[in-house]
Amino acid sequence: MWSYERRLQFPVNIKNPNAKLAQAIMSQYGGPDGEMGASMRYLSQRYATPYREVAGVLTDIGTEELAHLEMVAAIVHQLTRNLSMEEIEKCGFAPYYTDHTVGIWPQAAGGIPFNACEFQSKGDVITDLFEDMAAEQKARTTYDNILRLIDDPDVCEPIKFLRQREVVHFQRFGEALRITQDRLNEKNFYAFNPGFDTVADCGCNN
Amino acid sequence: MNGSCSERERLLKDISIIDFTLVELNEYLDTHPFDAQAMEYFNHYARIKNQMMLDFSSRYYPLTTDTSMDKKEWNWTLAPMPWENAADPYPLACETPPMQPRNNTGKGGYR
Repeated sequence: MWSYERRLQFPVNIKNPNAKLAQAIMSQYGGPDGEMGASMRYLSQRYATPYREVAGVLTDIGTEELAHLEMVAAIVHQLTRNLSMEEIEKCGFAPYYTDHTVGIWPQAAGGIPFNACEFQSKGDVITDLFEDMAAEQKARTTYDNILRLIDDPDVCEPIKFLRQREVVHFQRFGEALRITQDRLNEKNFYAFNPGFDTVADCGCNN
Repeated sequence: MNGSCSERERLLKDISIIDFTLVELNEYLDTHPFDAQAMEYFNHYARIKNQMMLDFSSRYYPLTTDTSMDKKEWNWTLAPMPWENAADPYPLACETPPMQPRNNTGKGGYR
């Protein structure tokens, strides 16, 4: 179950359109390390962990990623408002414009459409948590790359906020991994898959 | 309904600040469920946020359906969406003038 709050997690109020920048930033909507992949990754992985704290982290971070998805969409939307045809052509936005006008559609900066293969849900909590930590760092690097392309403070501030959240989520996933490993055989974390091999004793095997 | 825009923005920003504290504490508590001090902070700010959401709804429009107030019209759907620029005017949808078609003729285009 989810409910919606009619506001952004961090304000986005961009005065000047910039189609070139929109093309780069939309990668964090539907690109390989974007917020769509992040939210779907964590929300899908929840079912494979036997530990409630880990399922809680995946739920709450996955939910926050949906709020980030909306922020990125708001940035791209405001950067492509009131564009003239000259600007669309000059900024190299014509290929996107042809298929989507200035609607929001999940694709990478290079035009590759969003694909569920951007993330994994492996059914093994340790495998998944290592992927999650890597995903947060990849997204952080992408935001760093985007920040080097921006000189408009209206765009810079929300992107800096999103970058900082990647750092915090990396920390939380690290703690979730520690919680998981503390409950397994310390000498061999990989001896078995706690989400698959350990079956709760329901009394029917006696 | 066309109240002061800056006051509405200020209230929205205050709600964002309080809610950000709650998101941080929520995620921290997920991996530290026995941290009594963090829980105390969470409960404190959760009470403040609930009150702010009700105040915002009574002054402007509801940010959630469950803080919707008893009014004649369904303000939830007439209110601005979050991706609208806060600097823009925000009349309720029923007060918005009919949309004018864009005129792009003679500007750019593949010729």
